[in-house]
Amino acid sequence: MALEVEIRKKLKLFTLDVKFRAENETFALLGESGSGKSMTLKCIAGIERPDEGRIALDGRVFYDSDAGICLPPQKRRAGYLFQDYALFPNMTVLRNVMAGMGRHPDRGTAERYLEAFGLSELADVFPGKLSGGQKQRTAMARLAAQKPDVILLDEPFSALDTHLRWRMENEMQEKLRSFGRPAVCVTHDRDEVFRLCSRVCCLEQGRSGEAVTVREFFRNPRSRAGALLSGCKNVAPCRAADAHTVTVPEWGVTLRVPGTVPPGVRYAGIRAHSFHAENGLERSGCVNCLQVREAAVTEDLFEWTVSFRCAPGGGALIWKVSKEVMPDIRIPRELLLDGEEIMLLTS
Amino acid sequence: MPEIMMFLKSLDWSPLVISLKTGAVATVISFFLGIAAAGLLYRAGPRVRAFADGLLTLPMVLPPTVAGFFLLLIFSLRRPFGSALYEHFGIRAVQTWLGCVLAAVVISFPLMYRNARAAFEQVDRNLVYAARTLGMSERQIFLQVLIPCARPGILSGTVLTFARAMGEYGATAMLAGNIPGKTGTISQKIAMVIQNGDFGTAGFWTGVVCVIGFAVVAIMNLAVSRSEKKS
Repeated sequence: MALEVEIRKKLKLFTLDVKFRAENETFALLGESGSGKSMTLKCIAGIERPDEGRIALDGRVFYDSDAGICLPPQKRRAGYLFQDYALFPNMTVLRNVMAGMGRHPDRGTAERYLEAFGLSELADVFPGKLSGGQKQRTAMARLAAQKPDVILLDEPFSALDTHLRWRMENEMQEKLRSFGRPAVCVTHDRDEVFRLCSRVCCLEQGRSGEAVTVREFFRNPRSRAGALLSGCKNVAPCRAADAHTVTVPEWGVTLRVPGTVPPGVRYAGIRAHSFHAENGLERSGCVNCLQVREAAVTEDLFEWTVSFRCAPGGGALIWKVSKEVMPDIRIPRELLLDGEEIMLLTS
Repeated sequence: MPEIMMFLKSLDWSPLVISLKTGAVATVISFFLGIAAAGLLYRAGPRVRAFADGLLTLPMVLPPTVAGFFLLLIFSLRRPFGSALYEHFGIRAVQTWLGCVLAAVVISFPLMYRNARAAFEQVDRNLVYAARTLGMSERQIFLQVLIPCARPGILSGTVLTFARAMGEYGATAMLAGNIPGKTGTISQKIAMVIQNGDFGTAGFWTGVVCVIGFAVVAIMNLAVSRSEKKS
Protein backbone atom coordinates (compact mmCIF):
# COMPACT_ATOMS: atom_id res chain seq x y z
CA MET A 1 0.00 0.00 0.00
CA ALA A 2 1.72 3.15 -1.16
CA LEU A 3 1.28 6.28 -3.19
CA GLU A 4 3.96 6.59 -5.84
CA VAL A 5 4.47 9.93 -7.49
CA GLU A 6 6.95 10.81 -10.18
CA ILE A 7 5.87 13.74 -12.31
CA ARG A 8 7.18 16.66 -14.31
CA LYS A 9 5.18 19.71 -15.36
CA LYS A 10 6.37 22.95 -16.88
CA LEU A 11 5.10 25.94 -14.94
CA LYS A 12 5.53 29.66 -15.54
CA LEU A 13 8.60 30.19 -13.34
CA PHE A 14 10.11 26.72 -13.10
CA THR A 15 9.58 23.11 -13.95
CA LEU A 16 7.90 20.95 -11.37
CA ASP A 17 9.96 17.80 -10.91
CA VAL A 18 8.66 15.76 -8.01
CA LYS A 19 9.36 12.22 -6.97
CA PHE A 20 8.36 10.53 -3.74
CA ARG A 21 6.67 7.48 -2.31
CA ALA A 22 4.30 7.70 0.63
CA GLU A 23 3.49 4.53 2.56
CA ASN A 24 0.52 4.22 4.91
CA GLU A 25 1.69 7.25 6.83
CA THR A 26 1.27 11.00 6.96
CA PHE A 27 3.82 12.29 4.53
CA ALA A 28 4.84 15.95 4.46
CA LEU A 29 5.71 18.02 1.42
CA LEU A 30 7.50 21.00 2.89
CA GLY A 31 8.23 24.10 0.84
CA GLU A 32 7.89 27.86 0.68
CA SER A 33 4.81 29.33 -0.94
CA GLY A 34 5.12 29.09 -4.69
CA SER A 35 7.45 26.08 -4.59
CA GLY A 36 4.96 23.85 -6.39
CA LYS A 37 3.51 21.99 -3.40
CA SER A 38 -0.14 22.67 -4.12
CA MET A 39 0.36 21.96 -7.82
CA THR A 40 1.79 18.56 -6.90
CA LEU A 41 -1.26 17.82 -4.78
CA LYS A 42 -3.60 18.93 -7.57
CA CYS A 43 -1.81 16.62 -10.00
CA ILE A 44 -2.32 13.69 -7.64
CA ALA A 45 -6.02 14.52 -7.28
CA GLY A 46 -6.40 14.89 -11.03
CA ILE A 47 -7.38 18.56 -10.94
CA GLU A 48 -4.25 19.43 -12.90
CA ARG A 49 -2.48 17.29 -15.45
CA PRO A 50 1.31 16.78 -15.40
CA ASP A 51 3.29 16.90 -18.65
CA GLU A 52 4.80 13.49 -18.04
CA GLY A 53 5.46 10.88 -15.41
CA ARG A 54 3.44 8.43 -13.38
CA ILE A 55 1.12 8.47 -10.37
CA ALA A 56 -0.15 5.25 -8.83
CA LEU A 57 -1.86 4.24 -5.61
CA ASP A 58 -1.43 0.63 -4.47
CA GLY A 59 -0.59 -0.22 -8.07
CA ARG A 60 -3.78 1.45 -9.34
CA VAL A 61 -2.56 3.86 -12.01
CA PHE A 62 -3.95 7.41 -11.77
CA TYR A 63 -1.71 8.85 -14.43
CA ASP A 64 0.88 7.39 -16.76
CA SER A 65 2.12 9.48 -19.68
CA ASP A 66 3.77 6.48 -21.38
CA ALA A 67 0.63 4.36 -21.22
CA GLY A 68 -1.58 7.35 -22.03
CA ILE A 69 -3.60 6.97 -18.83
CA CYS A 70 -5.13 9.90 -16.99
CA LEU A 71 -8.05 9.06 -14.70
CA PRO A 72 -10.55 11.87 -14.14
CA PRO A 73 -10.62 13.14 -10.53
CA GLN A 74 -14.01 11.49 -10.05
CA LYS A 75 -12.41 8.02 -10.41
CA ARG A 76 -9.37 8.56 -8.19
CA ARG A 77 -11.06 8.48 -4.80
CA ALA A 78 -8.69 11.10 -3.46
CA GLY A 79 -9.93 13.09 -0.48
CA TYR A 80 -8.71 16.64 -0.98
CA LEU A 81 -8.83 19.10 1.91
CA PHE A 82 -8.62 22.56 0.37
CA GLN A 83 -6.86 25.42 2.10
CA ASP A 84 -10.15 27.35 2.30
CA TYR A 85 -12.12 24.07 2.66
CA ALA A 86 -14.18 24.68 -0.52
CA LEU A 87 -17.49 23.96 1.18
CA PHE A 88 -20.49 24.41 -1.10
CA PRO A 89 -22.06 27.68 0.10
CA ASN A 90 -25.49 26.72 -1.26
CA MET A 91 -25.69 23.50 0.76
CA THR A 92 -26.15 22.89 4.47
CA VAL A 93 -23.49 21.08 6.48
CA LEU A 94 -25.46 17.84 6.10
CA ARG A 95 -25.83 18.23 2.34
CA ASN A 96 -22.16 19.11 2.01
CA VAL A 97 -21.29 15.81 3.66
CA MET A 98 -23.79 13.95 1.47
CA ALA A 99 -22.33 15.51 -1.70
CA GLY A 100 -19.42 13.08 -1.65
CA MET A 101 -21.47 9.95 -0.98
CA GLY A 102 -22.40 9.05 -4.54
CA ARG A 103 -25.66 9.29 -6.41
CA HIS A 104 -27.95 8.02 -3.69
CA PRO A 105 -26.53 9.21 -0.39
CA ASP A 106 -28.04 7.79 2.77
CA ARG A 107 -29.07 10.45 5.25
CA GLY A 108 -28.54 8.22 8.28
CA THR A 109 -24.96 7.44 7.30
CA ALA A 110 -24.26 11.11 6.70
CA GLU A 111 -25.65 11.94 10.14
CA ARG A 112 -23.31 9.42 11.72
CA TYR A 113 -20.37 11.21 10.09
CA LEU A 114 -21.64 14.52 11.45
CA GLU A 115 -21.77 12.97 14.89
CA ALA A 116 -18.23 11.59 14.60
CA PHE A 117 -16.99 15.08 13.81
CA GLY A 118 -19.09 16.83 16.45
CA LEU A 119 -21.34 18.54 13.94
CA SER A 120 -24.77 17.09 14.77
CA GLU A 121 -26.18 20.41 15.96
CA LEU A 122 -25.00 22.19 12.83
CA ALA A 123 -26.58 19.81 10.29
CA ASP A 124 -28.92 22.46 8.85
CA VAL A 125 -26.52 25.41 8.99
CA PHE A 126 -25.01 26.93 5.84
CA PRO A 127 -21.20 27.20 5.66
CA GLY A 128 -21.34 31.02 5.68
CA LYS A 129 -22.47 30.86 9.31
CA LEU A 130 -19.76 28.47 10.53
CA SER A 131 -16.60 29.33 12.48
CA GLY A 132 -13.17 28.39 11.09
CA GLY A 133 -12.93 25.23 13.20
CA GLN A 134 -16.46 24.14 12.30
CA LYS A 135 -15.70 24.68 8.63
CA GLN A 136 -12.66 22.48 8.85
CA ARG A 137 -14.60 19.79 10.67
CA THR A 138 -17.28 19.90 8.01
CA ALA A 139 -14.67 19.57 5.29
CA MET A 140 -13.09 16.63 7.14
CA ALA A 141 -16.48 14.97 7.64
CA ARG A 142 -17.23 15.38 3.93
CA LEU A 143 -13.84 13.93 3.13
CA ALA A 144 -14.34 10.97 5.47
CA ALA A 145 -17.84 10.25 4.11
CA GLN A 146 -16.33 10.06 0.65
CA LYS A 147 -14.29 7.04 1.85
CA PRO A 148 -11.09 8.08 0.07
CA ASP A 149 -8.14 5.83 -0.71
CA VAL A 150 -5.68 8.66 -0.16
CA ILE A 151 -5.95 11.94 1.73
CA LEU A 152 -4.43 15.16 0.39
CA LEU A 153 -4.14 18.08 2.81
CA ASP A 154 -3.37 21.50 1.36
CA GLU A 155 -2.05 23.80 4.12
CA PRO A 156 -4.76 22.40 6.38
CA PHE A 157 -4.41 24.87 9.26
CA SER A 158 -3.42 28.08 7.51
CA ALA A 159 -6.97 29.49 7.59
CA LEU A 160 -7.33 29.00 11.35
CA ASP A 161 -6.56 31.32 14.23
CA THR A 162 -3.56 30.29 16.30
CA HIS A 163 -5.56 29.32 19.38
CA LEU A 164 -7.70 26.96 17.29
CA ARG A 165 -4.82 25.48 15.38
CA TRP A 166 -3.47 23.36 18.16
CA ARG A 167 -6.84 21.78 18.94
CA MET A 168 -7.65 21.10 15.30
CA GLU A 169 -4.20 19.61 14.84
CA ASN A 170 -4.87 17.15 17.65
CA GLU A 171 -8.22 16.19 16.14
CA MET A 172 -6.64 15.80 12.71
CA GLN A 173 -3.84 13.66 14.08
CA GLU A 174 -6.35 11.31 15.65
CA LYS A 175 -8.35 10.99 12.41
CA LEU A 176 -5.24 10.47 10.29
CA ARG A 177 -3.94 7.80 12.61
CA SER A 178 -7.13 5.77 12.24
CA PHE A 179 -7.13 6.30 8.47
CA GLY A 180 -4.37 3.75 7.85
CA ARG A 181 -3.69 4.80 4.27
CA PRO A 182 -1.36 7.29 2.65
CA ALA A 183 -1.95 10.93 3.49
CA VAL A 184 0.06 13.75 1.96
CA CYS A 185 0.22 17.03 3.82
CA VAL A 186 1.46 20.12 2.02
CA THR A 187 2.70 22.89 4.28
CA HIS A 188 5.31 25.55 4.91
CA ASP A 189 4.96 25.22 8.68
CA ARG A 190 7.73 23.16 10.25
CA ASP A 191 5.79 22.71 13.50
CA GLU A 192 2.93 21.08 11.62
CA VAL A 193 5.40 18.73 9.99
CA PHE A 194 6.99 17.86 13.30
CA ARG A 195 3.71 17.15 15.10
CA LEU A 196 1.63 15.63 12.32
CA CYS A 197 3.90 13.76 9.93
CA SER A 198 6.21 10.77 9.97
CA ARG A 199 8.36 11.53 6.95
CA VAL A 200 9.10 14.67 5.02
CA CYS A 201 10.30 15.69 1.59
CA CYS A 202 11.41 19.24 0.78
CA LEU A 203 10.37 21.08 -2.34
CA GLU A 204 12.54 23.88 -3.70
CA GLN A 205 11.65 25.65 -6.95
CA GLY A 206 9.55 22.66 -7.95
CA ARG A 207 12.28 20.08 -7.27
CA SER A 208 11.77 17.50 -4.59
CA GLY A 209 14.58 16.31 -2.37
CA GLU A 210 15.07 13.00 -0.65
CA ALA A 211 12.38 11.84 1.77
CA VAL A 212 13.60 11.37 5.34
CA THR A 213 11.99 10.76 8.72
CA VAL A 214 10.90 13.90 10.49
CA ARG A 215 13.41 13.43 13.35
CA GLU A 216 16.27 12.92 10.94
CA PHE A 217 15.16 15.98 8.96
CA PHE A 218 15.29 18.29 11.95
CA ARG A 219 18.60 16.81 13.12
CA ASN A 220 20.26 17.05 9.73
CA PRO A 221 18.32 18.81 6.95
CA ARG A 222 21.15 18.15 4.44
CA SER A 223 20.39 21.09 2.13
CA ARG A 224 20.40 24.84 2.61
CA ALA A 225 16.73 25.05 1.60
CA GLY A 226 15.88 22.21 3.98
CA ALA A 227 17.73 23.90 6.84
CA LEU A 228 15.87 27.18 6.29
CA LEU A 229 12.54 25.32 6.05
CA SER A 230 13.31 23.43 9.24
CA GLY A 231 13.56 26.80 10.97
CA CYS A 232 17.32 27.17 11.07
CA LYS A 233 18.03 30.91 11.25
CA ASN A 234 21.78 30.85 10.57
CA VAL A 235 23.07 29.40 7.31
CA ALA A 236 26.32 30.52 5.68
CA PRO A 237 28.68 29.18 3.00
CA CYS A 238 31.63 27.19 4.34
CA ARG A 239 34.51 25.07 3.10
CA ALA A 240 36.30 22.14 4.63
CA ALA A 241 39.59 23.10 6.31
CA ASP A 242 40.59 19.58 7.25
CA ALA A 243 38.82 16.32 8.05
CA HIS A 244 37.19 17.71 11.22
CA THR A 245 36.90 21.47 10.73
CA VAL A 246 35.21 23.90 8.37
CA THR A 247 35.83 27.63 7.93
CA VAL A 248 32.91 30.03 7.63
CA PRO A 249 34.22 33.36 6.26
CA GLU A 250 30.92 35.17 6.82
CA TRP A 251 31.12 34.48 10.55
CA GLY A 252 34.94 34.74 10.68
CA VAL A 253 35.29 31.40 12.42
CA THR A 254 36.59 27.88 12.05
CA LEU A 255 34.21 25.28 13.46
CA ARG A 256 35.14 21.85 14.74
CA VAL A 257 32.60 19.04 14.33
CA PRO A 258 32.57 15.72 16.24
CA GLY A 259 32.64 13.43 13.18
CA THR A 260 34.31 13.89 9.85
CA VAL A 261 33.30 16.64 7.48
CA PRO A 262 31.20 15.15 4.64
CA PRO A 263 32.71 15.54 1.17
CA GLY A 264 31.27 18.40 -0.88
CA VAL A 265 30.12 20.41 2.14
CA ARG A 266 28.83 23.82 1.02
CA TYR A 267 26.98 25.41 3.92
CA ALA A 268 27.05 25.40 7.70
CA GLY A 269 23.83 25.82 9.64
CA ILE A 270 23.36 26.70 13.31
CA ARG A 271 19.98 27.01 15.03
CA ALA A 272 19.38 30.24 16.88
CA HIS A 273 18.82 28.34 20.14
CA SER A 274 22.06 26.36 19.87
CA PHE A 275 24.42 29.05 21.18
CA HIS A 276 25.45 29.60 24.79
CA ALA A 277 26.49 33.02 25.91
CA GLU A 278 29.91 33.23 27.51
CA ASN A 279 30.15 36.39 29.49
CA GLY A 280 33.13 37.95 31.13
CA LEU A 281 35.35 35.00 30.42
CA GLU A 282 37.58 35.99 27.54
CA ARG A 283 38.89 32.75 26.24
CA SER A 284 40.17 33.72 22.85
CA GLY A 285 41.08 30.82 20.66
CA CYS A 286 38.67 28.40 22.32
CA VAL A 287 36.96 25.74 20.20
CA ASN A 288 33.75 26.80 18.47
CA CYS A 289 33.37 30.23 19.89
CA LEU A 290 32.24 33.11 17.73
CA GLN A 291 33.33 36.68 18.30
CA VAL A 292 30.24 38.84 17.92
CA ARG A 293 29.48 42.58 17.84
CA GLU A 294 26.86 45.13 16.78
CA ALA A 295 23.94 43.58 18.60
CA ALA A 296 20.31 44.50 17.94
CA VAL A 297 17.90 43.15 20.53
CA THR A 298 14.26 42.22 20.00
CA GLU A 299 12.15 41.25 22.96
CA ASP A 300 9.65 38.43 22.32
CA LEU A 301 7.06 37.09 24.72
CA PHE A 302 9.17 34.28 26.18
CA GLU A 303 12.59 34.88 24.72
CA TRP A 304 15.15 37.39 23.55
CA THR A 305 16.23 37.53 19.93
CA VAL A 306 19.61 39.13 19.33
CA SER A 307 20.98 39.86 15.89
CA PHE A 308 24.77 40.10 15.73
CA ARG A 309 27.38 40.82 13.17
CA CYS A 310 30.54 38.73 13.27
CA ALA A 311 33.26 39.87 10.91
CA PRO A 312 33.05 43.49 9.74
CA GLY A 313 30.79 43.48 6.69
CA GLY A 314 29.87 39.86 7.40
CA GLY A 315 26.41 38.33 7.54
CA ALA A 316 23.99 38.54 10.44
CA LEU A 317 23.88 35.89 13.14
CA ILE A 318 20.69 35.29 15.11
CA TRP A 319 20.76 34.14 18.72
CA LYS A 320 17.65 33.28 20.70
CA VAL A 321 17.68 32.77 24.44
CA SER A 322 14.79 31.98 26.76
CA LYS A 323 13.86 34.55 29.39
CA GLU A 324 13.95 31.78 31.95
CA VAL A 325 17.65 31.36 31.31
CA MET A 326 18.30 35.08 31.07
CA PRO A 327 15.58 37.26 32.66
CA ASP A 328 17.49 40.43 31.69
CA ILE A 329 19.40 40.44 28.48
CA ARG A 330 23.15 40.89 28.70
CA ILE A 331 24.91 41.18 25.39
CA PRO A 332 27.82 38.74 25.23
CA ARG A 333 30.91 39.30 23.13
CA GLU A 334 31.35 35.63 22.37
CA LEU A 335 28.89 32.86 21.56
CA LEU A 336 29.80 29.28 22.39
CA LEU A 337 28.66 26.30 20.48
CA ASP A 338 28.59 22.55 21.00
CA GLY A 339 30.07 20.83 17.93
CA GLU A 340 27.08 18.44 17.87
CA GLU A 341 24.79 21.36 17.02
CA ILE A 342 26.54 22.29 13.78
CA MET A 343 24.67 21.14 10.68
CA LEU A 344 26.80 20.60 7.59
CA LEU A 345 24.85 20.92 4.37
CA THR A 346 25.98 19.55 1.04
CA SER A 347 23.56 21.36 -1.28
CA MET B 1 -59.84 64.10 -16.10
CA PRO B 2 -62.61 63.02 -18.43
CA GLU B 3 -60.29 63.52 -21.39
CA ILE B 4 -57.74 61.21 -19.85
CA MET B 5 -60.44 58.59 -19.21
CA MET B 6 -61.59 58.98 -22.80
CA PHE B 7 -58.00 58.56 -24.02
CA LEU B 8 -57.43 55.44 -21.98
CA LYS B 9 -60.76 53.95 -23.04
CA SER B 10 -60.16 54.53 -26.72
CA LEU B 11 -56.57 53.27 -26.43
CA ASP B 12 -55.51 50.09 -28.18
CA TRP B 13 -53.78 48.10 -25.41
CA SER B 14 -52.54 45.36 -27.76
CA PRO B 15 -48.91 46.71 -27.97
CA LEU B 16 -48.50 46.22 -24.21
CA VAL B 17 -49.84 42.66 -24.35
CA ILE B 18 -47.74 41.77 -27.39
CA SER B 19 -44.57 43.28 -25.90
CA LEU B 20 -45.00 41.54 -22.53
CA LYS B 21 -45.82 38.21 -24.18
CA THR B 22 -42.90 38.47 -26.58
CA GLY B 23 -40.56 39.50 -23.78
CA ALA B 24 -41.66 36.68 -21.49
CA VAL B 25 -41.45 33.91 -24.07
CA ALA B 26 -38.14 35.16 -25.50
CA THR B 27 -36.67 35.42 -22.00
CA VAL B 28 -37.58 31.82 -21.17
CA ILE B 29 -35.96 30.60 -24.39
CA SER B 30 -32.85 32.80 -24.01
CA PHE B 31 -32.58 31.78 -20.35
CA PHE B 32 -32.14 28.09 -21.11
CA LEU B 33 -30.10 28.57 -24.30
CA GLY B 34 -27.86 31.17 -22.66
CA ILE B 35 -27.13 29.07 -19.57
CA ALA B 36 -26.53 25.96 -21.66
CA ALA B 37 -24.13 27.83 -23.96
CA ALA B 38 -22.33 29.43 -21.02
CA GLY B 39 -22.04 26.03 -19.31
CA LEU B 40 -20.57 24.41 -22.41
CA LEU B 41 -18.07 27.20 -22.97
CA TYR B 42 -17.11 27.22 -19.28
CA ARG B 43 -15.50 23.85 -19.79
CA ALA B 44 -14.23 24.37 -23.35
CA GLY B 45 -10.59 25.00 -24.22
CA PRO B 46 -9.37 28.58 -24.74
CA ARG B 47 -9.43 28.43 -28.56
CA VAL B 48 -12.90 27.00 -28.89
CA ARG B 49 -14.02 29.51 -26.30
CA ALA B 50 -12.61 32.54 -28.13
CA PHE B 51 -14.20 31.48 -31.40
CA ALA B 52 -17.58 30.45 -30.04
CA ASP B 53 -17.77 33.48 -27.77
CA GLY B 54 -17.29 35.80 -30.73
CA LEU B 55 -20.02 34.05 -32.68
CA LEU B 56 -22.51 34.01 -29.80
CA THR B 57 -21.91 37.66 -28.92
CA LEU B 58 -22.26 38.84 -32.53
CA PRO B 59 -25.99 39.69 -32.35
CA MET B 60 -25.25 42.09 -29.51
CA VAL B 61 -22.53 44.03 -31.32
CA LEU B 62 -24.20 44.11 -34.74
CA PRO B 63 -26.91 46.68 -35.48
CA PRO B 64 -30.28 44.94 -34.92
CA THR B 65 -31.20 45.60 -38.56
CA VAL B 66 -28.25 43.46 -39.64
CA ALA B 67 -29.49 40.65 -37.40
CA GLY B 68 -32.93 41.21 -38.96
CA PHE B 69 -31.43 40.91 -42.41
CA PHE B 70 -29.82 37.57 -41.54
CA LEU B 71 -33.09 36.34 -40.04
CA LEU B 72 -34.91 37.31 -43.24
CA LEU B 73 -32.28 35.48 -45.29
CA ILE B 74 -33.04 32.32 -43.33
CA PHE B 75 -36.78 32.51 -42.73
CA SER B 76 -38.10 34.33 -45.82
CA LEU B 77 -40.70 32.23 -47.59
CA ARG B 78 -38.78 32.80 -50.79
CA ARG B 79 -35.66 31.14 -49.36
CA PRO B 80 -35.15 27.35 -49.14
CA PHE B 81 -35.17 26.97 -45.34
CA GLY B 82 -38.11 29.31 -44.75
CA SER B 83 -40.23 27.79 -47.48
CA ALA B 84 -39.43 24.22 -46.36
CA LEU B 85 -40.38 25.10 -42.80
CA TYR B 86 -43.69 26.50 -44.00
CA GLU B 87 -44.50 23.65 -46.39
CA HIS B 88 -43.67 20.77 -44.05
CA PHE B 89 -44.62 22.17 -40.65
CA GLY B 90 -46.79 25.18 -41.42
CA ILE B 91 -44.38 27.34 -39.47
CA ARG B 92 -43.73 30.87 -40.70
CA ALA B 93 -41.75 33.56 -38.98
CA VAL B 94 -42.15 36.43 -41.43
CA GLN B 95 -44.94 38.85 -40.52
CA THR B 96 -46.04 36.72 -37.54
CA TRP B 97 -45.82 36.86 -33.74
CA LEU B 98 -43.35 33.97 -33.95
CA GLY B 99 -41.11 36.40 -35.85
CA CYS B 100 -41.35 38.84 -32.91
CA VAL B 101 -40.21 36.11 -30.54
CA LEU B 102 -37.45 34.93 -32.87
CA ALA B 103 -36.05 38.43 -33.31
CA ALA B 104 -36.24 39.08 -29.56
CA VAL B 105 -34.46 35.79 -28.78
CA VAL B 106 -31.63 36.44 -31.22
CA ILE B 107 -31.06 39.95 -29.92
CA SER B 108 -31.42 39.16 -26.20
CA PHE B 109 -29.61 35.81 -26.12
CA PRO B 110 -26.07 37.28 -25.93
CA LEU B 111 -27.03 39.26 -22.81
CA MET B 112 -28.17 36.10 -21.06
CA TYR B 113 -25.23 34.08 -22.27
CA ARG B 114 -22.62 36.68 -21.32
CA ASN B 115 -24.08 37.33 -17.88
CA ALA B 116 -24.35 33.62 -17.14
CA ARG B 117 -20.79 33.04 -18.28
CA ALA B 118 -19.44 35.90 -16.17
CA ALA B 119 -21.41 34.54 -13.22
CA PHE B 120 -19.97 31.03 -13.70
CA GLU B 121 -16.46 32.39 -13.95
CA GLN B 122 -16.92 34.25 -10.66
CA VAL B 123 -17.68 30.98 -8.87
CA ASP B 124 -14.67 29.81 -6.87
CA ARG B 125 -12.87 27.26 -9.05
CA ASN B 126 -11.98 25.24 -5.97
CA LEU B 127 -15.68 24.44 -5.51
CA VAL B 128 -15.71 22.76 -8.91
CA TYR B 129 -12.44 20.98 -8.18
CA ALA B 130 -13.72 19.84 -4.80
CA ALA B 131 -16.91 18.54 -6.40
CA ARG B 132 -14.82 16.56 -8.89
CA THR B 133 -12.64 14.96 -6.23
CA LEU B 134 -15.84 14.09 -4.35
CA GLY B 135 -16.94 12.07 -7.37
CA MET B 136 -19.76 14.32 -8.57
CA SER B 137 -20.44 14.05 -12.30
CA GLU B 138 -19.95 17.12 -14.49
CA ARG B 139 -23.73 17.32 -14.91
CA GLN B 140 -24.30 17.21 -11.17
CA ILE B 141 -21.63 19.85 -10.66
CA PHE B 142 -23.30 22.11 -13.21
CA LEU B 143 -26.77 21.76 -11.71
CA GLN B 144 -25.96 21.49 -8.01
CA VAL B 145 -22.88 23.67 -7.61
CA LEU B 146 -22.28 26.00 -10.53
CA ILE B 147 -25.81 27.26 -11.16
CA PRO B 148 -26.78 27.76 -7.49
CA CYS B 149 -23.52 29.58 -6.77
CA ALA B 150 -23.93 31.78 -9.85
CA ARG B 151 -27.51 32.63 -9.00
CA PRO B 152 -27.18 36.40 -8.44
CA GLY B 153 -25.44 36.88 -11.79
CA ILE B 154 -27.90 34.64 -13.59
CA LEU B 155 -30.80 36.50 -12.02
CA SER B 156 -29.62 39.92 -13.10
CA GLY B 157 -28.79 38.55 -16.54
CA THR B 158 -32.34 37.26 -16.86
CA VAL B 159 -33.82 40.63 -16.01
CA LEU B 160 -31.62 42.45 -18.50
CA THR B 161 -32.54 39.84 -21.10
CA PHE B 162 -36.23 40.44 -20.48
CA ALA B 163 -35.82 44.21 -20.75
CA ARG B 164 -33.86 43.90 -23.98
CA ALA B 165 -36.29 41.35 -25.46
CA MET B 166 -39.28 43.50 -24.62
CA GLY B 167 -37.81 46.63 -26.16
CA GLU B 168 -36.52 45.00 -29.36
CA TYR B 169 -37.22 47.13 -32.42
CA GLY B 170 -34.90 46.85 -35.42
CA ALA B 171 -34.82 43.12 -36.09
CA THR B 172 -38.49 42.78 -35.15
CA ALA B 173 -39.53 45.45 -37.64
CA MET B 174 -37.69 43.66 -40.43
CA LEU B 175 -38.78 40.09 -39.68
CA ALA B 176 -42.20 40.42 -38.08
CA GLY B 177 -43.26 43.80 -39.35
CA ASN B 178 -45.67 46.08 -37.55
CA ILE B 179 -49.12 44.51 -37.83
CA PRO B 180 -51.39 46.11 -35.21
CA GLY B 181 -52.81 43.53 -32.81
CA LYS B 182 -50.46 40.86 -34.13
CA THR B 183 -46.85 41.97 -34.26
CA GLY B 184 -47.20 45.57 -33.20
CA THR B 185 -44.99 45.93 -30.12
CA ILE B 186 -44.72 49.07 -27.97
CA SER B 187 -41.42 50.08 -29.59
CA GLN B 188 -42.95 49.85 -33.05
CA LYS B 189 -46.08 51.66 -31.89
CA ILE B 190 -43.99 54.58 -30.62
CA ALA B 191 -42.08 54.82 -33.89
CA MET B 192 -45.33 54.73 -35.88
CA VAL B 193 -47.29 57.35 -33.94
CA ILE B 194 -44.33 59.73 -33.94
CA GLN B 195 -44.19 59.47 -37.71
CA ASN B 196 -47.83 60.55 -37.68
CA GLY B 197 -47.01 63.43 -35.35
CA ASP B 198 -49.07 62.00 -32.48
CA PHE B 199 -46.75 62.97 -29.62
CA GLY B 200 -49.41 62.41 -27.00
CA THR B 201 -49.77 58.69 -27.66
CA ALA B 202 -46.00 58.37 -28.08
CA GLY B 203 -45.53 60.03 -24.72
CA PHE B 204 -48.03 57.68 -23.08
CA TRP B 205 -46.27 54.55 -24.36
CA THR B 206 -42.88 55.99 -23.46
CA GLY B 207 -44.18 56.40 -19.93
CA VAL B 208 -45.35 52.79 -19.87
CA VAL B 209 -41.94 51.57 -21.03
CA CYS B 210 -40.19 53.68 -18.40
CA VAL B 211 -42.38 52.30 -15.61
CA ILE B 212 -41.85 48.70 -16.71
CA GLY B 213 -38.09 49.22 -17.11
CA PHE B 214 -37.76 50.79 -13.68
CA ALA B 215 -39.92 48.13 -12.00
CA VAL B 216 -37.91 45.35 -13.59
CA VAL B 217 -34.55 46.70 -12.39
CA ALA B 218 -35.90 47.43 -8.91
CA ILE B 219 -37.29 43.91 -8.58
CA MET B 220 -33.97 42.52 -9.76
CA ASN B 221 -32.03 44.44 -7.14
CA LEU B 222 -34.37 43.27 -4.41
CA ALA B 223 -34.15 39.67 -5.54
CA VAL B 224 -30.36 39.73 -5.78
CA SER B 225 -29.90 41.28 -2.35
CA ARG B 226 -32.32 38.76 -0.86
CA SER B 227 -30.54 35.78 -2.43
CA GLU B 228 -27.20 37.15 -1.22
CA LYS B 229 -28.55 37.46 2.30
CA LYS B 230 -29.63 33.84 2.27
CA SER B 231 -26.26 32.30 1.49
